[in-house]
Amino acid sequence: MTLVLLGVNHTTASVELRERLAVPEDRLPELLASLNGLPEVEEVCALSTCNRVEVILAVGAAAGADCAVRRLLEWRGVEPDLVAPSLYRLEEAAVARHLFRVASGLDSLVLGEPQILGQVKEAYAAALRARTAGPRLSRLFHTVFRVAKRIRTETGLGVQGVSVGHAAVALARRIFDDLTTKRVLVLGAGEMAEITARHLVASGVRDVTVASRSAERARALAMALGGRTAPYEALAQAVGEADIVVASTGSPTPIVHAGMVADLMRARRQKPLFFIDIAVPRNVDPRVHDLTNVYLYDIDDLKAVVEEGRSHRQREAGRAERIVEEEVEAFVRGVRTREVVPTIVALRRRFEAIRRAELARMAAALRDLTPEQRKAVERLTEGMLGKLLHAPTATLKRLAEEAEGSLYADALATLFELDRATDAPRGREAASERSAEATPIAARRGQTA
Amino acid sequence: MLDRLLFDGAVALYVLGTGGFLAFLLFDRPKVARAARVITMVGFAVHSASLVARYVGDRVSPAASLLESLSFFAWAIVGASIVFQTRYRMPVLGAFATPLSALLLLVASTSGDAAPPPSGASGVWLPVHVGLVVLGDALLALAACAGLMYILQERTLKAKRVGWVTRRFPSLEVLDAVNVRSLTIGFLLLTLGLLSGGIIARFAWATITWWEPKVVFSVLTWVLYAVLLHGRVTEGWRGHRAAVLAIAGFVAVLVTLVGVGLFRVGGHTV
Repeated sequence: MTLVLLGVNHTTASVELRERLAVPEDRLPELLASLNGLPEVEEVCALSTCNRVEVILAVGAAAGADCAVRRLLEWRGVEPDLVAPSLYRLEEAAVARHLFRVASGLDSLVLGEPQILGQVKEAYAAALRARTAGPRLSRLFHTVFRVAKRIRTETGLGVQGVSVGHAAVALARRIFDDLTTKRVLVLGAGEMAEITARHLVASGVRDVTVASRSAERARALAMALGGRTAPYEALAQAVGEADIVVASTGSPTPIVHAGMVADLMRARRQKPLFFIDIAVPRNVDPRVHDLTNVYLYDIDDLKAVVEEGRSHRQREAGRAERIVEEEVEAFVRGVRTREVVPTIVALRRRFEAIRRAELARMAAALRDLTPEQRKAVERLTEGMLGKLLHAPTATLKRLAEEAEGSLYADALATLFELDRATDAPRGREAASERSAEATPIAARRGQTA
Repeated sequence: MLDRLLFDGAVALYVLGTGGFLAFLLFDRPKVARAARVITMVGFAVHSASLVARYVGDRVSPAASLLESLSFFAWAIVGASIVFQTRYRMPVLGAFATPLSALLLLVASTSGDAAPPPSGASGVWLPVHVGLVVLGDALLALAACAGLMYILQERTLKAKRVGWVTRRFPSLEVLDAVNVRSLTIGFLLLTLGLLSGGIIARFAWATITWWEPKVVFSVLTWVLYAVLLHGRVTEGWRGHRAAVLAIAGFVAVLVTLVGVGLFRVGGHTV
């Protein structure tokens, strides 16, 4: 079985092509089922975002993947010739590398942006719901999520914000612990105010109040954000009750003054207050920032934070790439170790069959033995097999991590005339073999975690 | 000499842990922080064993000398920081508490050996007095660590910089919560400790020697923290001011505990 990934992304395909290929969310289950119905396609998952459309498959034969692409193109009504130059096709370790990079934001248009991980998780969840993700893809995706998490915690790739809205949330999180208990006041009902407020709501803020000169627009925005409105005339009171203030009115002069905030801070017993002033000209008097427990960031400050974050993320990308390579190596070792398991199972079964046959052949001679003696003969023969098989099994598992490991497995199969396909693991014995095989991988996870 | 061996082992582990935490903060390596935390925990276990060995083996209580009480102090700081690190999920606290403990132990190991406690002040009250005061001081030390982190984080925000060191710090809100929690418990223990000291003086010496430097500084420290907590409750002194005062209070604690002890003035040996 082979892992194959086929797709286009923002570097290989134009936005028009990506739009035509994109899979509508409600039709995803249908597509997955259709692709999974193809011969040779054993497992399938599809990732469709505005920057990429990718199909990840576990196929019996590599040709199965090409059938799947043809099916997808037919289904979306796109001519294959149109896509061919943009299409990339990856197999096995390259699939793992690619998904590690995608999920951690290394392959994103905006380096290190965090949403993509959620989108990858959603794609996998959809495949699980459609029952098109089996053990192979599950193992792959769990590794992908772990690697993405590792890169996030060990490098600064996802640090601060990739946009003004993200930067505002990142700053809010440095001041406040739990955003779900914080009150946000939005001054003005323009588009910028809405974008920033939406970022805050997405980060857990539940209590939103909108105050605008136009009561009508305030109501509309409050509705969209699931919040309330406050009278624009009672601005000071609304500010005093808020923890985070997003200001973006069209006022030509500041509407929030330092003296007003100083008075409010006394009244609210120094509870911290965070102003995000994205209006130009500014809505909040810059001197507000000099007050203790008050933080004011205007649009230029936020842009500077984003810019500083961007250059840092570029430096951190190298570290992230090294982690990716490390994890790809571990992934390949894991796959190779699993590949020799059928050989080991077949070898064990072959030996056990011989043992039983020989015992059966000698049944007449052993007839007069007492039950204890019979047991001793069983133990003796089992013990011999165990001792004989121990060294080759252990060595094969160790060598399996090397590139030429499969050669040893093939040699073993030839020497002992093993048929790994029909001797493939079935039933209880196979289950115990699987769990034995799982241990070294788990141990390795422990090391890299 | 087993206790001395364990003590030196604990010092070495704390110094190693300190190095790990510094590497974490300066070079942004979370894996190293995890290792430093484990090293600190092992150091804490070794340190605990050394205190037990000292007490069970040589019958020397934590109240016997400056070395003893500083060692106990450092032990309490590490123990409390492990609890707070887990409770508030802020491994970075160790980056302040572990170096502080390492430093205290290094100071302790240079000071002389046990001097006999003042006559008549034996019995159960002296260990209780010293134990309560030192545990209280340890929590006040954590409050100061949280205060220092608060000020660093706040400065980053005020300077409008990303702050590559402080981005591993918790939010100001959490740091303030840690500050108030450790201050409250620490102040309570300190109060009980000073009261028990008063009881010793009353019954052992029949009078309290108010002019003794240790007593003067202890009372001043207590008043400072009382003012801070009062201001917090009534005036809303939180955040910046609470952080600064927590650090100032801890400086007073250090003067009382180490400074006065080091120069051996007055009837207190520790």
